[in-house]
Amino acid sequence: MDPTSKKRKKLVKTIRIDVDKCNGCRACEVICSSFHASPKYSSSNPERSRIRVIREPLRDIYVPVYAGEYTAAECSGRDKYTIDGKAYDECAFCRASCPSRSLFKEPDSGLPLKCDMCESDPPLEEPMCVQWCLNDALVYEEHEVEVEEEEGVEQGELELGLESLVDRHGLQKLMDTIARMKKKG
Amino acid sequence: MRFAETGYNLEVDLSTGNVERVETDPRWTEQHLGGLATSSRILWDRCPPEVEPYSEENLLIFAAGLLVGTPAPGANRTVVTTISPQSLFTAYSMMGGFFAPELKHAGYDKLILRGRSPSLVYLWIHNDKVEIRDAAHLAGKGANETADLIRAELREPKAQVAAIGLAGENRVRFASIEHGRSSASRLGIGGVMGDKRLKAVAVRGTRDLNVARPAEYMELCNWVLKYIGIREQKPVPGVMPILAGLGSPQEMKLIDEEWHTTNFMWGNSRTRRRDFWTKEIEEKWKGTQESVRKRLVSCYNCPMKCGATISVPGVATYMMKCFSKLTYTMAAYSDLDFGFRIAQRATEYGVDAFSAPQVMAYGLELLEHGILGPADFEGMPADNEGRFYWLLDRIVRREGIGDVLADGTYWAAKKFGKAAEDLAHNNIKKHEQLPLKLGMLNPVYFLMYCTGEKSNITQIEGQFPQAPFATMAEREDFVKDWVQVPDEKFKKYLLDWELRGERSNPNYPTVEMSCDIVDWQERMHHIDDALGMCAGLGSFPLKPPYHIHNYPAFIAAAAGLDIDEAGLTTIARRNRTLLRALNVRRGLTRDDERPPDDHWKKRFPDLEQKLLDGYYKFKGWNLRGIPTESTLNGLGLGFVADDLKKRGLAIDDDHPSHGQDSAPADHPKAAS
Ligand code: SF4
Ligand code: SF4
Ligand code: SF4
Repeated sequence: MDPTSKKRKKLVKTIRIDVDKCNGCRACEVICSSFHASPKYSSSNPERSRIRVIREPLRDIYVPVYAGEYTAAECSGRDKYTIDGKAYDECAFCRASCPSRSLFKEPDSGLPLKCDMCESDPPLEEPMCVQWCLNDALVYEEHEVEVEEEEGVEQGELELGLESLVDRHGLQKLMDTIARMKKKG
Repeated sequence: MRFAETGYNLEVDLSTGNVERVETDPRWTEQHLGGLATSSRILWDRCPPEVEPYSEENLLIFAAGLLVGTPAPGANRTVVTTISPQSLFTAYSMMGGFFAPELKHAGYDKLILRGRSPSLVYLWIHNDKVEIRDAAHLAGKGANETADLIRAELREPKAQVAAIGLAGENRVRFASIEHGRSSASRLGIGGVMGDKRLKAVAVRGTRDLNVARPAEYMELCNWVLKYIGIREQKPVPGVMPILAGLGSPQEMKLIDEEWHTTNFMWGNSRTRRRDFWTKEIEEKWKGTQESVRKRLVSCYNCPMKCGATISVPGVATYMMKCFSKLTYTMAAYSDLDFGFRIAQRATEYGVDAFSAPQVMAYGLELLEHGILGPADFEGMPADNEGRFYWLLDRIVRREGIGDVLADGTYWAAKKFGKAAEDLAHNNIKKHEQLPLKLGMLNPVYFLMYCTGEKSNITQIEGQFPQAPFATMAEREDFVKDWVQVPDEKFKKYLLDWELRGERSNPNYPTVEMSCDIVDWQERMHHIDDALGMCAGLGSFPLKPPYHIHNYPAFIAAAAGLDIDEAGLTTIARRNRTLLRALNVRRGLTRDDERPPDDHWKKRFPDLEQKLLDGYYKFKGWNLRGIPTESTLNGLGLGFVADDLKKRGLAIDDDHPSHGQDSAPADHPKAAS
């Protein structure tokens, strides 16, 4: 072990997903969208949820997937799983907000969505989707791990949105637009 | 801004292809809430009694109730309303699943269809974009199959689809509309969809739905989830397992079918088999159910699991809920394995799982009694199960004898004369009922069977126990936490209700109490149906999370409508009365209000007439069952009174003012 490295404790928040227990109700989608509405709970819309349940009832496929990182470009290779004889669609388990699909994008702006574990002040005991999943398909767990000290901060929502706009329109165009908007006041 | 509702309906004329997004009148929400009630209002305004079910003028309305799509658990009902080709009265059939919330997120509270398309089409609603698309390639396809094909061709795996199968296309009078795990089955609304040449409706919505007081509303919704959790741990003791919990009857979860198989009737609601349920059968059926049931599934935003994915070897996977598990099995005197198998085909064809099996068993009775001959059944296999498959195939294609049976037992019997009419013995208002034949008249059920506007007991019964508890200790235990009662008197009714003796059926609950009990149960159904709430969490089970005391708060917080219990009760009365008036205008009379003659062995003609008199009076209707002028005016339904009067329907109050004991000699008595 490198004695010069600085260690710090980090809380890892995990949601354990048991697809066998999922009844396909989409309550997780409803409550996530409602929790993140502003003002809080003022509207619902599963399309804005940061968890989506990939459902194909007649093939008995139910996969709750959490919105992960935004990616500007799709993967050059794709994966396709078959589990227990059930063939899942391409990228079924992938969490990315990716140009290859409509998942995890705000319906109006197309800006990427990302699960923030319902960060709020004061913090929740459990994320909302877990609280609303009475079937225990989603179970919240916390544990501590030691990690190397890192510089930098977690990318916030605004930054994430801007990054995707930069990817789509280029930095210059974005800055021009902002300047124009500022003038209009 | 409108809250809970979108404030828009989508109007589609299938004859002309005209599509319009129409803003609705917020005053209607204040008067009726929404869902079934505002659909009734539209039918009242736009479907005069001359309108034939199978005509361009008939409307087919898919409605999402007021709370649908908001976070209230279980608010997901699609109410389909039209004029029934079977009863010729108003049909309203509800389905759970995912359709109504999607419609709301697309920006509409209702989809109102009129006209008739020149060729088979389907409707694709994607937010503002609405397209009528050719469905020639979907003709003859199964309902589930159609949904899959549409999702694939639109490349919209998240689209929700409601579709008809062959039965609807061929205007079978008991055809259903199918939607994955759910279906709107009763009274032939799938036939109306087929008559409009509409194979399916696909919808996808990605818009927000707002609530008026977010924090308040969320607190209420969180409480519902907590209550469901607690209630699931605490089944009601002393009642049958299917009545102990919440949700629809838990037929998919429960294996033990002793109660149904030994109390409900087999064949064409004909035989009771008291000794049917043996250890051997139990083992066998357990094996069958566990091997075909892949997963228990729910509707939109509901933690319950009332449906199941069913995969029988050699047959395509489908979903099932509720009692359809046994209707085919019992109609054919067969086995559970057969029931699961044939239900798959019946679901793809899209038929009502209560009516269809009875109609087939009825067809075979016509043969047994020599009313029809072997020539009418030429080509039918000899084996029992094979005969049911054969009949089902003929009915949905309207081939040969199937063409007559496709009209249901009532209309088929009309073609074959008196003997055939006697065999069609299980109908109310031309509509096949649960296969149930009992001993002693139950006054509450008598009233519900007679007067329910939908003629379907499961849509009327509810929060009051179906039978008395044997001991006082059980009764006291039951009423202890019975917060759902609108009034303390209901506890007393239950405490005093005995299995035997003076305070037992048929004379207890008394006429007055029976009216109270029916009124409470109906009230809750009418509220649920206007809000789009699943009856499984409201009006249907014992001790549900939603009830008369907390509904006003939900409505206020979601829609911003400040009403109290009295106000909500008035709305429910208004809605119930409007539906009655619709049917009265279409010719409903007191004579129609009777259960099947053989529903109970022990009947009491005088008491039954007193019950009807008492109920009508309680409702503010006259002895003919027609709402009186003062009742209508008092409910703000003066326009209904005017219309009924113009049509020469007597809306005077003809109840004797003194001595409620006897009805006047000349009032129309239902023959029994
Ligand atoms: S809330 Fe739970 S059971 Fe319902 S869809 Fe989400 S993960 Fe599945
Ligand atoms: S943890 Fe919170 S943000 Fe993440 S999906 Fe669940 S409800 Fe949404
Ligand atoms: S209680 Fe059952 S039927 Fe009702 S919404 Fe929930 S899952 Fe559907």
